[in-house]
Amino acid sequence: MTLDAVDVAFTEAAVGAGIATILMLATLAITSARQKPSEKRALAPMLAAVATGLVLAYGLADLPPFADPEAPAHRHVAPRYLNESAKEIGIPNVVTSVLASYRGYDTLGEVTVIFTAGVGVLVLIGRTRHRRRENDDE
Amino acid sequence: MRHHIIVRVSTRILVAFILLFALYVQFHGDFGPGGGFQAGVIFGAGCILYGLVFGVDALRVVIPDAIVRSIAALGVLLFAGVGVVAILAGGNFLDYSVLGQTPTAGQHLGIILIELGVGMTVASVVILLYYAFTNR
Repeated sequence: MTLDAVDVAFTEAAVGAGIATILMLATLAITSARQKPSEKRALAPMLAAVATGLVLAYGLADLPPFADPEAPAHRHVAPRYLNESAKEIGIPNVVTSVLASYRGYDTLGEVTVIFTAGVGVLVLIGRTRHRRRENDDE
Repeated sequence: MRHHIIVRVSTRILVAFILLFALYVQFHGDFGPGGGFQAGVIFGAGCILYGLVFGVDALRVVIPDAIVRSIAALGVLLFAGVGVVAILAGGNFLDYSVLGQTPTAGQHLGIILIELGVGMTVASVVILLYYAFTNR
């Protein structure tokens, strides 16, 4: 709460307390303790991961210091959101104004990502029920 | 869970309040902390709690697979549909100002509708994940 980000804290609390534990336990239940030995060498993926990590670390050097009031993020559109949203949007929660209206396009993308992730999980592990039903008939 | 009478009785009482709280977070998101994402997760967690205690088949009776899948897609459609309606009403995509009598009334209506879409999709995807995992 030191960051005054109640909405984010709320999300994290709901996801962390409500869902993550269940998914963790469910994953443990359907996986085994040992990884299958892989035939492939993982050299190229490892190089790619290390190279990406180095680029990201290099980029970190250009970030403004933490909680810097002069950071571009606080000087560009944030003042307008804080000062004008009561007049333009007319609802008290500025976070909701930004999320749903000013950045509605981003939020549509986020919802699409969640939907796509759900479809992906269904494609990967959601099909086993039919197979089990066939076994039940035997 | 058949023998855990305290868990069963308290879940029976709590689930109603968890779902009610989810609806409160959903529709009070413009005034206090909250919104579709949080409400969807809380709603999904309430349903999963019911499934954990009374069995996933009992939950499937209340919310069948096909309905959860449809609601997941309908939420995204509702969100995008609000954007398209805004275009038809003469504004830009997702510009809610043209939806109501005054710009702020339109914004309010648009935000409530898209938050509802977000909540529908998040809640049903969470329940879908639970179904998919328990199917194994």
